[in-house]
Amino acid sequence: MIQEHLDIQLIAIVTAVACALPGVFLVLRRMTLMSDAISHAILPGIVLAFFLTESLSSPLLILAAAATGVLTVVFVELLQRTKLVKEDAAIGLTFPALFSIGVILISRFAGNVHLDMDAVLLGELAYAPLNRLDIFGYDVGPVSVYVMGTILLLNLTFILLFYKELKLATFDASLAATLGFAPTLIHYGLMTLVSVTTVGAFDAVGSILVVALIAGPPATAYLITNRLSLMLTLSAVIGSVNAVSGYWLAYLFDVSIAGAIATMTLLMFGLVFFLVPNRGLIAIARRRTRQKWEFAQTMLVIHLFNHEGLPEAEAESEVAHLHEHLRWDPAFAAQVVKYALNNRCVLQEETQLTLTERGRTVAQQALVQ
Amino acid sequence: MQASEAKAIEVTDLTVAYQEQPVLWDVDLDVPPGVLLSIVGPNGAGKTTLIKAILGLVRPAAGNVLIYDKPYEAQRRIVGYVPQRGTVDWDFPTNVLDVVMMGRYGALGWVRRPGRQERELAMQALEKVGMEAYTTRQISQLSGGQQQRVFLARALVQDATVYLMDEPFQGVDATTERAIVTLLQELREKGKTVVVVHHDLQTVTDYFDWVMLLNIRRIASGPVAETFTPENLRTTYGGRVAFMTK
Repeated sequence: MIQEHLDIQLIAIVTAVACALPGVFLVLRRMTLMSDAISHAILPGIVLAFFLTESLSSPLLILAAAATGVLTVVFVELLQRTKLVKEDAAIGLTFPALFSIGVILISRFAGNVHLDMDAVLLGELAYAPLNRLDIFGYDVGPVSVYVMGTILLLNLTFILLFYKELKLATFDASLAATLGFAPTLIHYGLMTLVSVTTVGAFDAVGSILVVALIAGPPATAYLITNRLSLMLTLSAVIGSVNAVSGYWLAYLFDVSIAGAIATMTLLMFGLVFFLVPNRGLIAIARRRTRQKWEFAQTMLVIHLFNHEGLPEAEAESEVAHLHEHLRWDPAFAAQVVKYALNNRCVLQEETQLTLTERGRTVAQQALVQ
Repeated sequence: MQASEAKAIEVTDLTVAYQEQPVLWDVDLDVPPGVLLSIVGPNGAGKTTLIKAILGLVRPAAGNVLIYDKPYEAQRRIVGYVPQRGTVDWDFPTNVLDVVMMGRYGALGWVRRPGRQERELAMQALEKVGMEAYTTRQISQLSGGQQQRVFLARALVQDATVYLMDEPFQGVDATTERAIVTLLQELREKGKTVVVVHHDLQTVTDYFDWVMLLNIRRIASGPVAETFTPENLRTTYGGRVAFMTK
């Protein structure tokens, strides 16, 4: 039982990390939808390979599916290159066409074999550990761990080896081309990886949720960091956290593991979206509020500064006068005075306001700008 | 042919078409080494396309481009390129120093990573453009003029012989523009060839010593004094330009 818990979580983590790494580059290239397209379009590849090998675990399945994935990218680009169809429309035309070929093939020829639509769309992580790898009669763990582990290793090697090239081709493809780095080759290299990864993950989480694993963690990491290397690391960590927490969520509520992982991915993104310092929604809202009060305080000290030492100063420095002169309603004026008092920009004696040295400096600085 | 007579850039009979619509038509251009040349012409004249065709970024329908007597592919190392600022995503997660180091990637070749030497060269280039205080700055937090200077530093770090720049003055303030011009003139003093796509006709005589007037066809090219004439300008802009000569 414990072994089963560990196995499933291990598969989930390895799958999540393998998806998150190429996902970073897809997010930066604004191509996450391409992963969606690939994950659907590989279906006919899988079906045809299944007919050839009559087995669902043959490595030929992965190769055939990956080839179909790359074919999808080629079709999309060919359509796009005619300049008659934009990229999003090209994606929208290509993958349903390929996907439907797969669906027709299944319904026509594979009605009585184990290749049902539910498995294709949603996968089933819970059964993944049942398919185990035997070496000389020893059980060395679930097959999925080895399949996804190999894919993870492949992704990691590619990214480590061509980190510089991927970065340049993603940031500035035309410079990459002039320097001789063949951005098209890098593009197809990356797309091949995405295809292979999608096929591998497909088995565990199905074709729809693969996209969550590919897009979710990188999009979350992108909110946190300004460095590509850190974005890659964070995506891997966030993907793992989503996988493990999703697993236990599923265990607790007895629901689909893949669904729970995707839910956690979304929750995690939402959490970061609101909470991340500096860039999160809450931080932005707080900054806006602070700016509002800062601005009001500046108006107040400038007002006092302009009348300071003049005959009308006493009348102008009256708290009750502020709403008239600065057109603030009394409640707002009171709050601004309180804010300025807290910041030691003004002093209040009875109903009279006087500037502190600090308040004078703030006013002078604001007037100089 | 003697080495001293080699042209820095030699474009012959270049025609580029997008879907049968010619963008450049039978263009010839000879650029001698050590000149600062501006390409001017109205919108849609094919200025950017010409630069891209020289760099092999667009495939010509006909014609030929040579850099010091060899095709571009053989001369990548000696050509530096400054694309238009708007062609990249400035929200990309990286900092100023990192972008400048990209200029060294060509010399590094595949797989090899930049190291201390590249870092030092990038620092020097940033000093030249007055951006040394911004090395760790996230690129999304730069102003337009700063972005432009970062791109310039990235080209400088290539230590090229021929530079091609697409509107390096776009959206920069007067001070930055002067600083960039001084830098371009320094490059020329060192014998480098600099080709700049330019928009402001008023400054052509001040900034450049050569000019090419382009409007799908080449109208004229040569030293500014001989080429930048009201008559040529009228031909280029179709009489729509109220031109002030100095």
